[in-house]
Amino acid sequence: MIKFKNISKRYPDGYVALNNIDLTVESGEMVFLTGHSGAGKSTLLKLIAAIERPTSGTITISEQNIAQLKSGAIPYLRRKIGFIFQDHKLLFDRNVFDNVLLPLQISSFDNKAVAGRVRAALDKVGLLKKENALPITLSGGERQRLCIARAVVHRPNILIADEPTGNLDVEYARDIMAMFNSFNQVGVTVLIATHDASLLEDTQHRILSLKQGKLAA
Amino acid sequence: MMRSWLTQHRFVFFLTLRRLFSTPVTSLLSVIVMGIALSLPAGIYVLMENLQSISGQTASSPQMSLFLKLDAKKDDIESIKQRLEEDPQIVSFQFISKDAALYQLQQNNGVTDIAAALVRNPLPDAFIVHTLEGAPEALEPLRVAMQKWPEIEHVQFDSAWIERLNALLKLGRFVVLMLATLLSIAIIAIMFNTIRLQILTKRDEIEISKLMGATDSFIRRPFLYFGTIQGLAGGATAWFIIALAIEAMNGELAELARLYNLDLHLQHLSSGDSISLLLFSAWLGWLGARISVASHLWQIEPK
Repeated sequence: MIKFKNISKRYPDGYVALNNIDLTVESGEMVFLTGHSGAGKSTLLKLIAAIERPTSGTITISEQNIAQLKSGAIPYLRRKIGFIFQDHKLLFDRNVFDNVLLPLQISSFDNKAVAGRVRAALDKVGLLKKENALPITLSGGERQRLCIARAVVHRPNILIADEPTGNLDVEYARDIMAMFNSFNQVGVTVLIATHDASLLEDTQHRILSLKQGKLAA
Repeated sequence: MMRSWLTQHRFVFFLTLRRLFSTPVTSLLSVIVMGIALSLPAGIYVLMENLQSISGQTASSPQMSLFLKLDAKKDDIESIKQRLEEDPQIVSFQFISKDAALYQLQQNNGVTDIAAALVRNPLPDAFIVHTLEGAPEALEPLRVAMQKWPEIEHVQFDSAWIERLNALLKLGRFVVLMLATLLSIAIIAIMFNTIRLQILTKRDEIEISKLMGATDSFIRRPFLYFGTIQGLAGGATAWFIIALAIEAMNGELAELARLYNLDLHLQHLSSGDSISLLLFSAWLGWLGARISVASHLWQIEPK
């Protein structure tokens, strides 16, 4: 489903973030991406949503070449993906409900159906009772769950998470991993970048390790 | 599809109103600035429309003066009378003899002394001729023809002041156009800057929306609505400023009109012109916002 072929990413300052990556993620698969910070995990995930563009190589998602995608087509690609950002990217002037509503407003869902979908997403992450709260009043774990609700509200085929358990204690991290597992069980392709070794201890999923821009065996 | 499109636009419309009312002082001030800027050319235009309608009323019957040669005889006068009666373009005429003209001159304050000092009457016999309606250019052939009649010294249009007024109105129209152009540019610049500041404060929202798959037109929409609504409000403000000015001036004019026994009454913009003013100001707001959005949004790309 997601296929990287000879992907390299070099920044204008000469720094090589990814060096000749070949990678295939099957539809419905759940994959972990590990490595030290600066190993290229975030860059690799951003390439999938065309937030970064590769210097060379091809990325295909469902037969579509993302590397050559015209800028006008990028929004429609991003609507198929749920992205959980390392720095959350929440809107602090809107309440929990409106934050989750945003992807639906963008993809023009009918107004009557959206409230139900927002509440369903909030229910899944256990934030239904906080729909009127402002993000500033939420704890770190709650903010992370809000990000997840926003990433899944439009029911994407692909879910991408960049350090989703970043600063959370073990208990919270386990909760969040359980959520990703449940999304994967209903057929969503899940990619998670993490440097948290404890997350990977008892997983049956594939683990890819990045080292200085290259995939280690 | 159509319904969700409408839903989107309704949503953005109310979002824009909320944004306008969330900073009432700023919004009010920029609407007033736009209103004043627009009221200047539009106000002059209104005054000119009124002047034109006054000149139009007076110019309805053009008038010419025929001056006869000083040595014209009674027979000559009679033959000219005959010709004037026969011409279909001439509605009516009036003969003023040289004696009557001199008498009129003597009655005139200020020139009495000069008139008394005259040894002999220097004034010619004259006809005052009212012709059918028409522009001075259309009556020019008649003037040339009459000039060639025997014993005619000179034929002149008495509509010179109307021509002068028309020339003045032409100049006025040019001034309105110039003012309108300059102030329109100013309004576009104001809107450009307003939207630029808004884009800066909404940086996060724009970036996050792009990450969630928002198209450029989705991101542009609230800013374009903002510009259009503010432009429209500015146009409405200009309309009310002119209405107030006309109300005030009509009060003053009533006194003048009473003294001169005239019907002087300024009219506001016609409904067609009012709609044009509103549409134009809305368009200016939209244009300023559009240029601003085009030159600033591309700078905000998610990383």
